[in-house]
Amino acid sequence: MLGKLTWDAIPFDQPIPLISGAVVILAALGVLVWVIAKGWLPYLWKEWITSVDHKHIGIMYVLLGLLMLVRGFIDAIMMRAQQALAFHAQGYLPPEHYDQVFSAHGTIMVLFAAMPLVIGIMNFVVPLQLGVRDVAFPTLNSVSFWLTATGALLVNMSLIVGEFARTGWLPYPPLSELRYSPGVGVDYYLWAVQISGVGTLLTGINFVTTILKMRAPGMTYFRMPMFCWTALASCLLILAAFPVLTATLAMLTLDRYLGFHFFTNEAGGNAMMFMNLIWAWGHPEVYILVLPAFGIYSEVISTFSGKPLFGYRSMVAATLFICIVSFCVWLHHFFTMGAGGDVNAVFGIATSIIAVGTGVKMYNWLFTMYGGRIRFTTPMLWSLGFMTTFITGGMTGVLLAVPPADFLLHNSMFLVAHFHHVIVGGVVFAVLAGITYWWPKAFGYRLEEFWGKAAFWFALAGFYVTFVPLYVVGILGMTRRLQHYDVAEWRPWLMISAAGILVLIAGAICQMVQLSVSFLRRNELRDTTGDPWDGRSLEWATASPPPVFNFAVLPQVQDAEAFWDVKRRAREMHGSGSEPHYEALEMPRNSPTGFVCAFFATIIGFALVWHIWWLMIVGLVGAYATFVVFAWRDVPEYVIPAEEVARLDRANRIARQEAPYGASAI
Amino acid sequence: MSAAGTTITISDPYRLARGPNLARGHGGGGPATKRVIVGYGFWLFLLSDIVIFACLFATYTVLANATAGGPRARDIFDLNHVAIETACLLASSFFCGLATIAVARRNQILIQAALIATGLLGLAFILLEASEFAALYARGDGPTRSAFLTGFFTLVGCHGVHVTAGLLWLGTMMAQFFAKGFRPDIGRRFLCFSMFWHFLDIVWVAIFSLVYLVGTRL
Repeated sequence: MLGKLTWDAIPFDQPIPLISGAVVILAALGVLVWVIAKGWLPYLWKEWITSVDHKHIGIMYVLLGLLMLVRGFIDAIMMRAQQALAFHAQGYLPPEHYDQVFSAHGTIMVLFAAMPLVIGIMNFVVPLQLGVRDVAFPTLNSVSFWLTATGALLVNMSLIVGEFARTGWLPYPPLSELRYSPGVGVDYYLWAVQISGVGTLLTGINFVTTILKMRAPGMTYFRMPMFCWTALASCLLILAAFPVLTATLAMLTLDRYLGFHFFTNEAGGNAMMFMNLIWAWGHPEVYILVLPAFGIYSEVISTFSGKPLFGYRSMVAATLFICIVSFCVWLHHFFTMGAGGDVNAVFGIATSIIAVGTGVKMYNWLFTMYGGRIRFTTPMLWSLGFMTTFITGGMTGVLLAVPPADFLLHNSMFLVAHFHHVIVGGVVFAVLAGITYWWPKAFGYRLEEFWGKAAFWFALAGFYVTFVPLYVVGILGMTRRLQHYDVAEWRPWLMISAAGILVLIAGAICQMVQLSVSFLRRNELRDTTGDPWDGRSLEWATASPPPVFNFAVLPQVQDAEAFWDVKRRAREMHGSGSEPHYEALEMPRNSPTGFVCAFFATIIGFALVWHIWWLMIVGLVGAYATFVVFAWRDVPEYVIPAEEVARLDRANRIARQEAPYGASAI
Repeated sequence: MSAAGTTITISDPYRLARGPNLARGHGGGGPATKRVIVGYGFWLFLLSDIVIFACLFATYTVLANATAGGPRARDIFDLNHVAIETACLLASSFFCGLATIAVARRNQILIQAALIATGLLGLAFILLEASEFAALYARGDGPTRSAFLTGFFTLVGCHGVHVTAGLLWLGTMMAQFFAKGFRPDIGRRFLCFSMFWHFLDIVWVAIFSLVYLVGTRL
């Protein structure tokens, strides 16, 4: 009846997952009860859960990403603590639990924290920067979000019901095959990643279509803001790389569920094929994350230097160069496979060459700042912190790209230090910069600066104290994923690293304080003009927060810096011109399709993990029924009358005319 | 959403060569029409699906000789059987093309007839494929026998699953035309369906060539 699911699946004998799971469940129930008691459920359902508005979906993505960032960070704290304690000892985490912690940490951080954060910011910003009213497929966008949330839910469910994979964040066979991992951990991984991967793929399709086919009149390719270019490159990578992930995980699933022989040791299976396939997705994946991050830095640095982005076209070229070359480097993840000197040389050189694109970007950011009037706001500090951190992190990457060096450093803590160096310094800093930068646009008030800056300095210092020692232990020969060790020279460095995580915790607390303080002081931090930073692109041309239709009249773009150009002309004409002619607008109706899809996807995923076949069939029938009901709808859109559009837009125009341009900026 | 002071349309091919393109959806002219957006998005989906098939093709090719003492490709393929399968699928695409013409002419009877023919031929293809798989299973040459058969069943089976999903979609499509008539959104969905159906042909032609034709020569 319930497949493999029995009471043994609940870890009654292990206090850590049991207590943390209970706390999470209680917290979730508490929030639910609070929401119901306050009578907010109808509002949440109408405005958020069923919303197809890209702004609301973007905010929900970011919220999901932040929650998962905290979850992944707790895993990180546990690992650093374990390695600090486990010298000639077992520490406090038994091996089977420690293995789950590092697997969950990687999976959650890359797929359920970084991806939702980056995609969330793309969701919120891209249509506004393009000067349009929504993405190409609004309902599909909601489906994407809810499928990602399903994946996150399944991963977290494994904390209490059953177990998570013990194979690392990429389940390498033969370890991940049924014979060596008979539990449900790998199955949780497979279905969680598979379901959220479908969501991500749909996002890729949605945004490539949006960026290529839906832009404000006059916005030619070379007038698109840099963030849109990087979002385009990232989504093109999603489009080409995520199907590879889907196919690869499907093959491993077939091996585990139906006894196929893709990656098994027997009957001719080929485990190294898995490594090749998974990294053909995995390497582009890091650029999927970091290219939009580069876009965020470009926007922030240009705005707070008060200058157009230096070398715009070379920046576009560098972005697309990275986009293509990122598919030609995957083998550097396993130089030790034994592909031979020639093959390793080709991939080593390609890996070194890809750094050239990033180098171009670095110089462009430097020259953007050169001669500018720089405002050291919180987003700008994150960007500067990124530039210094990413240069050193990138150089350790170039070092690893040299095959003979890689043979020594492969799978060592040096590698762990390297990719945290670039991903934390590149993606996490960018996300925090982006959240601070676009927060006033999303919520109508700026974030408080003091706590934001404190969070930055703690994070930067904590980052170096945590990860530089890991380079050292890597060179001293420590391999990654060690549950305990008995080499005395490693101990002091791992203690320093554990101290570093305390500094990072302080940074995380400052960040939370910043959000709370800003919320409490939101009236003094209010952004009435919609343009708090003296911005240069179109998202600052509308109110904060923007009306549901973003722009009452689609802007006419005449320059690469569309809004800066508008402001310049307005200044020359001493005013922002006459009121435009308002027309009635058609907007997509909200739809529960995404939420219902995710509900059935959760059922299907859970049923497959536990081999509950009847439940899987129920889920599949439900999903098909959802598809038919959605296809059967008659009125997908509603009309906002012209008077309503005019009323909403006039308030914003008055606020803008009262505030002289630039004066509203800090 | 008029273009920036101009009235250039997509049907002006010479404009493409001259300076900034201000046609709708091509940069300067504002968002493209819904039909273009939906069709374009679906093309991108098909491209991503092709990447999945590319992985399966690559895997099959890597594993093609890993027979683990089991049958080789030339021992199990019956080209006559596959030729009939191919004929069914290609003919069904022909009827799908007729359905496209019928949609353009708004002829309900012709649409339903052409889609029924499309569906029946698709069903015949699936049944023939199932009989081939069943015969292999019966001889003990299922996908668990060897890595080669794993790759074969997955690649060909994945195409079969696509055709089956296409048949479900086709049924929904017929019902929508019957119940809702020729609404623009249903026309756009049919555009996507027909693209999907022809795409399955293209993949099948690759399977026929690479798996069956090359396989019987190995």
